[in-house]
Amino acid sequence: MSVSQPVAIDGAAMRADFPVFDRLTSAGLRLAYLDSAASSQKPRSVIDAVSDAYAHHYANVHRGLYELSTDADARYEAARSALAAFIGAPSHREIVFVRNATEALNLIAYSWGRANLGPGDLVLSTEMEHHANLVPWQQVAAATGANLEYVRVTDDGRLDLDDLDARLVREPRLVAVSHISNALGTINPIAEIARRAHAVGAIVVGDLAQSVPHMPVDVAALGLDFAAFSGHKMLGPSGIGALWGRRELLDEMPPFLTGGSMITRVTLDGAEWNEVPWKFEAGTPAIAEASGLAAAITYLEGLGMDAVRSHERELFALAWRRLAAIAGVRPLGPGSADGHAGVISFVVDGIHPHDVATVLDQQGIAVRAGHHCAQPLMQRYDLPATTRASFYVYNDAEDVERLADGIRSAQRLFGTA
Amino acid sequence: MDNLYRDFILEHYREPHNRGRLDPHDLAFADSNPTCGDELGMTLRLDESRRRIADVAFDGRGCAISQASASIMTDGLRGLSLDEVLALDPREVIADLGVPIGPARLKCALLGYKVLQGAVQGSAANWPEEADVLAGPSTGGSAP
Repeated sequence: MSVSQPVAIDGAAMRADFPVFDRLTSAGLRLAYLDSAASSQKPRSVIDAVSDAYAHHYANVHRGLYELSTDADARYEAARSALAAFIGAPSHREIVFVRNATEALNLIAYSWGRANLGPGDLVLSTEMEHHANLVPWQQVAAATGANLEYVRVTDDGRLDLDDLDARLVREPRLVAVSHISNALGTINPIAEIARRAHAVGAIVVGDLAQSVPHMPVDVAALGLDFAAFSGHKMLGPSGIGALWGRRELLDEMPPFLTGGSMITRVTLDGAEWNEVPWKFEAGTPAIAEASGLAAAITYLEGLGMDAVRSHERELFALAWRRLAAIAGVRPLGPGSADGHAGVISFVVDGIHPHDVATVLDQQGIAVRAGHHCAQPLMQRYDLPATTRASFYVYNDAEDVERLADGIRSAQRLFGTA
Repeated sequence: MDNLYRDFILEHYREPHNRGRLDPHDLAFADSNPTCGDELGMTLRLDESRRRIADVAFDGRGCAISQASASIMTDGLRGLSLDEVLALDPREVIADLGVPIGPARLKCALLGYKVLQGAVQGSAANWPEEADVLAGPSTGGSAP
C-alpha cells in the first residue's frame, strides 16, 4: 500500500476482521466499541498468530539446542525487529520486551532513576500524565531525594509550554511526558518538548502508549531518549509491550529484574549481566504474544499509519461537532482535530459519568467513565470523573451518531434535557 | 428501556433523604469509590445509651446509584444498635435498591454501606467480597 496516498479506512468493513464484533450484546445490538484507549480489540490475524505460535512453534526461547526452540527464538527476535522498524528505532537491540507501558516506565524509573538521581535533582512530569508516568517518578523521587515537579496544563487541556520553559531553567535531570493524553486525547508537541529539554541536558522519557497504536511514530525523529508503549492497545495481545531506549543509556543502566536469561555468568558470589536488551528480560517472556504483536504490526502497516490517523481524525472531528451541539454536554480538551487523537472526554451536566456510561451500555455502546488513571488531571479541572469515548480502525460515523443519540437519551431519562 | 434507572432510584438521586452533615456528631467517616473517585461522607449521632443510632446524614457527590443507595440505606438506620449495623448484610442493601446491580456498579451501590461500616468499625472496614454480594440475597436471618 502506498504511503503517500493513504487509502481511506472503512470502519464498518474493518469490523469483518475482528471476531468480537460477531457477538451481539445481550439486548441483541451491534457493539459500538468506543474504549480502545483502554485496550483495543484483536483482528483474526493476531488471534491466529498467537494460536499458531502455541500450536506449531512453541518452546522456550534462548539457549535451546533443538529445532523447535531455535524456531521459537527466531520468531521472538523477528517480532523485536519488526517492532523496532515500526517505531523507527535505530536498532532491534534497543527494544526491550516488557509486559506493558507501565512496566517500561517502572523499568526506567527504577533502573535509570535510582542509578542517576540524587538529593536535590529535579525530575519533571506533567499534570496530564497517566498514573503510570507519575507514580513511578514519585516513588523514585522519594527513594533518591530528588524533587518532582509537574508542568501545568492550560484550561483547554494543553501542556503549558511557558510553564515548561520556566521549570527547564532549573535544569531537570529527566523530563517524563506523554505523547497523547489518555484522558483528554491532547496530542502534545513532544518533539519540541524534547528539543527544549535536551537543550538543558535532560533525559526525555516519552509515554507513547496512546500514540504508537494510532499515528505514525518515529522515536528517533521525535528525539526521545526512552519510550514506553503496550501491545494490547495496538491490536496486539495483552501481556507484551516494549521499552525503547537509546543504546548507550541502556548499556549503562543496571538491571531491573534479575534472574534467568539476563545473565552471562553466575556464581554463588555474584553475576555478570547479559547484553541489552536481554539484560532487561529476566525469566521466560511472553513468547506467543510476541508473534501476536508482530501480526498486529503487519496488520497496521497494511492499513498504513497515516490512514489510521486520518480515519481517527475524522471520527474525532465528527464526535466533537455532535457532542458540542448538545446542550448540557461539555467535551474537554483543545478541540482542534489536529491537536486531538481519536479520544473525546466529556461531561454531561446533571448526570454522573458512571450513569452516562451505564445508559450507553444499555444501548450497546461501550465507553469508559472514571478518572482514567489520571486523578491529578481530574483534580486540575475539579471533576470527579469524565465519560470518555475513544476510536480505532473498526469504528465509523454510525458509532459516533449512536454515541450522540445515547447521550441525548440519558438526558431525557434523567430529565436534564 | 431501563430497569436500573427506575423512577424510585431517580427520585432518591434528585432529592436524597438524610443528606447533609450532623454537627455535633458521635461518629464520622468518609471514603471514595476507587473506580471513579466519588467521595461520600457520613455523620451519625447516638442516643443516650450510646449504643443506638439516633440520627444520620451523608454528603459528597456521586452517581445516581451511590446516592440513591445511601439515601435508602440511611432511612433504615435510626434506632438500630451498633451491633445491628455491624451485622447489616450488604446483599440486603443491594436488595433494598430493588433494581439489578451487576459487577460494574456494585461499588457504587455499596459506597454508602462501606462508609457506614467505616464509621462504626473504623478504617479497618473493607469492601465486601464482590462475589459473595453478587451471589444473591441472603438466606440467613441475621440482618435486621
